[in-house]
Amino acid sequence: MSTLVADTRNVFQREMSLVLRDPFSIIFSLVQPLVFLGLFGPLLAGSVDPAAINGESPLQWFLPGVIVMICLFGTSTTGANLLFEITMGSYERVLATPLHRSSILIGKALKELAPLVVQAALVVLVSIPFGFKLYPVHVLVGLLLLGVFGVGMGAFSNALAIAARKREWMFWAVQQSLLFPLLILSGMMLPLEAGPQWIQVLGRFNPLTYIVDAERALFSGTFNDPAIGWAVLAAVLTCAAGLWVGVKQVARSTT
Amino acid sequence: MIHAGMIHTEQLTRHFVSKKETVEAVKGVDIDVRAGELVAFLGPNGAGKSSTLRMLTTLLPPTSGKALVAGASIITEPAVVRSRIGYIGQGDGAGHSFRVMDELVAQGKFYGMNSSDSLARAKELAKTLDLSSLEKRKVSTLSGGQRRRLDIALGLMHSPRLLFLDEPSTGMDPHNRANLWDHISGLRERQETTIVLTTHYLEEADSYAERVLVIDHGEIIANDTADNLKATLAGDRIMITVDGSSASAASALVAERGRELITTNGSREVTIAGRFDQGTRTLPWLLRELDHAGVNVRAANLQVPTLDDVFLSLTGRSLREEEVAA
Repeated sequence: MSTLVADTRNVFQREMSLVLRDPFSIIFSLVQPLVFLGLFGPLLAGSVDPAAINGESPLQWFLPGVIVMICLFGTSTTGANLLFEITMGSYERVLATPLHRSSILIGKALKELAPLVVQAALVVLVSIPFGFKLYPVHVLVGLLLLGVFGVGMGAFSNALAIAARKREWMFWAVQQSLLFPLLILSGMMLPLEAGPQWIQVLGRFNPLTYIVDAERALFSGTFNDPAIGWAVLAAVLTCAAGLWVGVKQVARSTT
Repeated sequence: MIHAGMIHTEQLTRHFVSKKETVEAVKGVDIDVRAGELVAFLGPNGAGKSSTLRMLTTLLPPTSGKALVAGASIITEPAVVRSRIGYIGQGDGAGHSFRVMDELVAQGKFYGMNSSDSLARAKELAKTLDLSSLEKRKVSTLSGGQRRRLDIALGLMHSPRLLFLDEPSTGMDPHNRANLWDHISGLRERQETTIVLTTHYLEEADSYAERVLVIDHGEIIANDTADNLKATLAGDRIMITVDGSSASAASALVAERGRELITTNGSREVTIAGRFDQGTRTLPWLLRELDHAGVNVRAANLQVPTLDDVFLSLTGRSLREEEVAA
């Protein structure tokens, strides 16, 4: 177990050198959430019935959705980096080292999650003057929950990259065709409550819906919402399933 | 099974299933490598060299058979094997987006070294492999030769006692190839590292390997030093050209010690070629005997065999042709 932690830390440090050596990538990563918040937020406020978002301020409702979205985009595309490493050869070199197989997956996912903390801090700070109420402890718990979910998503993305290693276009085809239904059916950008019944039913089968609901509850400063329990379960299941599938794929990846 | 050698395999086998057809890439090979040896797997592309190497490095699980590598089983203790060996694959080992020094230090840590040891070792190797001025460069900006040196440095970070190299010099120009071999030879002299490599370059196996395993269609078809292989499987080739009138006398003498005779008739002269053991000693004898018999020798030529002649005599195919075809 201790070597798993050490291995994960070493993989994470290697991945983070990419971010730290190129600070421009951090600055650029901060632009995306601000664009969504600044351009999509006002549209949402103007077009959605306040009743559909529980009478909350649109900012308070939309901001957690943006943070979940950044997490989803980052972790679901991490496999593209792995695909590049598989093609060039460095992945094989890493596999030939005694690293734990799951540490390779966790370390890579954590690299996508680390900027999330900075991104979240920025959007929260920028939103406070516009009436966003900050509950720091709740937000931290929310980020932790996203972290668990994100490790699972990252592992799924890397598993997909390995499965598609002989047909690279397949990675993006599958990633894109799964990403948008997951995103829309979670109520991340527009409330499901405003949609027809069948959309709401589909949303109930989407693990991401529970994460989004829980994040909204947490960002509004409550721990007392059943969605949080379901979200913890959804996050843990996603993480466990992702790592299980991922490690299986890693074992098959050199054949 | 306890074995003193560096590598010991028993009936190591690998099948691939492609479009419902089973391809036997490696057909039950038995390999033994002693500590300190430099062994080359020689064979055409697709012969099963790389699959064998990848099984020994735990990257590819065998279909059946077993192997002990550096004292651990590749099947039940793959992580132990990985911690004891170094592997330099065919692709670029260093990630293209990373910086040279970052990759070296990360590699050391992957093998359990602490930060300061890893940094010290990385600096030392960068110096040995002429990478010191490139430490802060991004891998994608390096030349092919520089990348290959970096690959070697990565493979040596944890000072493995057993190092595997898969086609180490493919695509390198002759200068860089010589340079690479300087480093590998130096490594053996300094640290007595055991080295196993695959190659389809005949000259490489010939000049550097102490022992050559010729692999074809997933089987080891020969296993000896290059000199012994050439002496037993190919033999030296002597060609003499004599006056047409004395052709039969000359043929009789050549046939006394030679084999596989080939006679080519010219307009006024005849060329007789044959294979001989110890050609350098046979040629003076032959010329003396021909002179005694009154044969006028117009030209004489001795060709020392290459490993290609060995491969040709084993398989009936030339490795060079396959190289061009590939």
